Amino acid sequence: MSPGPSSKGDDPIKALAAGVASPDDVLAHAHAMESEAADRYHELADQMEIHNNPQTAEVFDKMARIEQIHADKLAAMCAERGVTRRPPWEYRWLDPEAPEVTPVEEAHYLMTAPQALKLALHNEKRALAFYETLLAGSPPDDVRALAEEFAAEEREHVSLVEKWMADYPDIDPHIPEDPDDAVAH
Amino acid sequence: MTAESAPAFAAKDFKSDIKPVWCPGCGDYSVLSSVTKALAELQTPPEDVAVVSGIGCSSRIPAYTNCYGFHGVHGRALPLAIGLKVSRPDLTVIVTGGDGDGYSIGGNHFLHACRRNVDMTYIVMDNQVYGMTKGQPSPTTEPDWESGLVPGGTRIRPFMPLVVALASGANFIARGFSGDPNGTAQLIAEAIRHPGFSFVEVLSPCVTFRPEQRNWKHETHPAPVEATNDRGRAARRLATDDGFNTGVLFYDNRAPYMPPVDANLTDVQQFDREFAV
Amino acid sequence: MNTSDPAAQAAETITVALVGSGGSGVMTAGDFLLRAASKAGWYGMMTRSSGPQIRGGEAAAYVTLSSRPVDAPSDRFDMLYAIDWKNAERFSAEIPLDTASLIVSGEAGATVPDAFTKGGARIAELDVKALLKDVSGGRPNMLALGVVCTLMGIQPDAVEDVLESRLGKKGAMAIESSTAAAELGAKCARDLPSFPKLSTPAQNGPEHWVITGNQAAGLGALRGGIRFVAAYPITPATEILEWMSPRLPKVGGNLVQAEDELASINMAIGASYGGTPSLTATSGPGLALMTESIGLAIASETPVVVVDVMRGGPSTGIPTKSEQGDLNLAVFGLHGDAPHVVVAPTSISDCVFTTQWAVHLAESMQTAAIVLSDQALGQTISVIDKPADIAFATRRLVADTVDESYNRYALTGTGVSPMSLPGTPGGQYTADGLEHNPRGTPSSTAEDHAAQMEKRLQKIVEFDYGSHWADIDGDGDVAVVTWGSMTGPVREAARRVDPDGSKVRVVSLRLLAPAKPEWLAEALDGVERTLVVEQTHSAQFYHYLYSHFGLDTNAEPFHRPGPLPLRPAELEAKIREWTRQ
Repeated sequence: MSPGPSSKGDDPIKALAAGVASPDDVLAHAHAMESEAADRYHELADQMEIHNNPQTAEVFDKMARIEQIHADKLAAMCAERGVTRRPPWEYRWLDPEAPEVTPVEEAHYLMTAPQALKLALHNEKRALAFYETLLAGSPPDDVRALAEEFAAEEREHVSLVEKWMADYPDIDPHIPEDPDDAVAH
Repeated sequence: MTAESAPAFAAKDFKSDIKPVWCPGCGDYSVLSSVTKALAELQTPPEDVAVVSGIGCSSRIPAYTNCYGFHGVHGRALPLAIGLKVSRPDLTVIVTGGDGDGYSIGGNHFLHACRRNVDMTYIVMDNQVYGMTKGQPSPTTEPDWESGLVPGGTRIRPFMPLVVALASGANFIARGFSGDPNGTAQLIAEAIRHPGFSFVEVLSPCVTFRPEQRNWKHETHPAPVEATNDRGRAARRLATDDGFNTGVLFYDNRAPYMPPVDANLTDVQQFDREFAV
Repeated sequence: MNTSDPAAQAAETITVALVGSGGSGVMTAGDFLLRAASKAGWYGMMTRSSGPQIRGGEAAAYVTLSSRPVDAPSDRFDMLYAIDWKNAERFSAEIPLDTASLIVSGEAGATVPDAFTKGGARIAELDVKALLKDVSGGRPNMLALGVVCTLMGIQPDAVEDVLESRLGKKGAMAIESSTAAAELGAKCARDLPSFPKLSTPAQNGPEHWVITGNQAAGLGALRGGIRFVAAYPITPATEILEWMSPRLPKVGGNLVQAEDELASINMAIGASYGGTPSLTATSGPGLALMTESIGLAIASETPVVVVDVMRGGPSTGIPTKSEQGDLNLAVFGLHGDAPHVVVAPTSISDCVFTTQWAVHLAESMQTAAIVLSDQALGQTISVIDKPADIAFATRRLVADTVDESYNRYALTGTGVSPMSLPGTPGGQYTADGLEHNPRGTPSSTAEDHAAQMEKRLQKIVEFDYGSHWADIDGDGDVAVVTWGSMTGPVREAARRVDPDGSKVRVVSLRLLAPAKPEWLAEALDGVERTLVVEQTHSAQFYHYLYSHFGLDTNAEPFHRPGPLPLRPAELEAKIREWTRQ
């Protein structure tokens, strides 16, 4: 089974130190995280588009593009070092999916653009926390160097999203109400 | 390993450009992702994979893949897939569907597909409700679940798909959770690799009609013990587990069913002789 | 009408009923009788009738032998041979006897039931039990075989030949004792009342076959290229499946027994989707279960052939007897507008051709073809001229190579679009029962719905069915329009009234759907009176012709439900009356 849920009870610092122990591990995890985050944002943008929610779709689309740039950069780094893709269940995330990946269940067809941004901020913070947790485990220097580099990038993303969110000081946590019933098919 | 040996197919190569119509939040999005991730790991060319389904929300999956697909009628995906696989054993055949499609209208086919043990993988996205028709109880719904069609609940004991699969002869039985798409991808990859009829039940919340299922992420947990090939032990375990154990729960090594093949082929005209006076 | 000595002249056709109960072996005797006659050059047919028991019930074998092809049950019986009389009355309606008939009772001292004697048939008795006392292993049915063959003039060597070939598996003892019993029967026959001999069959004719309609349908399916069959047993269709099962692997195919008819039709559709021409065979109850999925084959444009060997209905009805009551179900039973093909064999021999044709039609048009056979065709064993070996250029339009513009349901102008088979790179599509656009993507737009509906209809309406749509015999201003197993009695009646085919036109529709009113109108050009003959209670065929083929309002239905066969004499009277006018 996936090590994600099974590591729920473990000390996260120890778990990450054991699972992400080499620079290749860090790169592989970073690349998987960014590309899966990009894929998920694409999917969410599609979902919002299909459900006639273009403003929110735009947020997810923008996030997808940002993550894709990041993912492409990491793909190049991986290629350079000969780091290959791993089976999805061999990554050592602390949750079922990579920290930057929006859980599918978080989406709602009526969610607002600010709510989507809030979700994105949460993801970026989780990504940052991933590297910080890794760094907290006193990793070897080469791992530390990469983790610090990626943590810095996530910090940038956090502040970028926070900047966008400045326009929305009070985000209503509630999903707007749909006065109509669902449609049967 | 070097970049030259990069695999030919990534998960997205198994996705079509058709955008799903599932409600945002639906677990089926994750299962679709698990299927494509599993296929990417197996590196089977998309054109050599057939995804077959019946009717229901989850049965929409075939068109969302870049594989060959057949979206058939309600409840009949398994026989459709069996006909395909026995006549085209070269294909990787995956059947997808929901609990209503598979356990209610298609229940008889489920029993016999387990018995028959054709080499294929059956993924049921179980959300304990008919979503497409707006929230009626399914065979796996709790007896006291309130609905417009059956006020006061069905008062019927829920169907136990894994126990039934075991009793009927499934060669591989696993339970996954859509909230763990990577773990589910691993189960699906193992199920596809495993010869014979592999059954993967995936708990996949319906956020629209069963919003309380969002809590499944706190209820599911990896099975505390290793998979067994002991039918008796599996029976006890499956019959008494809490319904939230995930992982491979049973495997067997029965040889997959294939109809007999005659090594010496003849011409149809040979049959004329038996009628001649 | 009857001469004082019926034996004085040779008969062109003789019909015999063999009855008996509880393991008396009348079916075997009837089968051997037919085969012995076939070896000696005669044509013939045998139908079976039995009580409801699985084993040991009362049974009857009806054998018609003739020096010319037999395609209808006879009007009367020349002989009734009873091995015993237990419960034999149940068959009395099926065995019309008259003063020229001979009843042979093989049960000494037994009273022949009144139901059989009331027509004035002559009665003879044999004390079979006593006769067989000294024949070790000799059985009454083999003695009966000897009696009947001898009375009709079938040569003893033909009988021996059949015993050797049919009993070979049981060993020399079985052949020996059966031969002894048959020889004893032959001796007894000399002491029985005079009986007509069969007229000498033509020699040097075409090769003869002994075959049932169900076997013929199976053969036609294989000839047509069927290589996958999904099967669920149902009387009277099972023999098609059982005949095909061991033979399919020999030609690279296979058969799977399904858990029910819902599964069998879907297995066939699944196999066909993979590129293998596929079939299932069933009877009315099974066809009813399959109709939803036949709609799937039509909507997804996946070729499939369904053979319905009709039996008495509705519901479980009369499983062992024939009726044509599934016509409406086959033509109209699908939900939505679902254009498809329905064809019907016009004779036992034609079961080969029509089933093969159905495969050709389904494959060529990528649709569902239903073959409406029936119990009378399917389970009658017949001696026929070898059916012609007809080669159709059957080939599914397959997309061998595809590019990015490939659309599975492209609007091609013919209604048929190239089908890419799994394994073809780039040809991936999802076959769907949901309405879809040319690419196959689900669509509920009016435009896509109209275009795809039209596509599915066009290919079926515009297909070149050639002259196979009907069998048309004779000319004249009286026409009989019929279909399926009613064709035989109609042809026989027309032949009697009008041997040279100048007064009566017989039109037997092989293509029942799509309806082709213009072709029927042409076939009936110049006809003044039309009789529509069918074996249904509600005149389904007549109403169908009336509503969909523009049948003349003067046309008259001639219909009756099963289980009794329609006998030529009933039609002959009607046709004679009309041709006199």
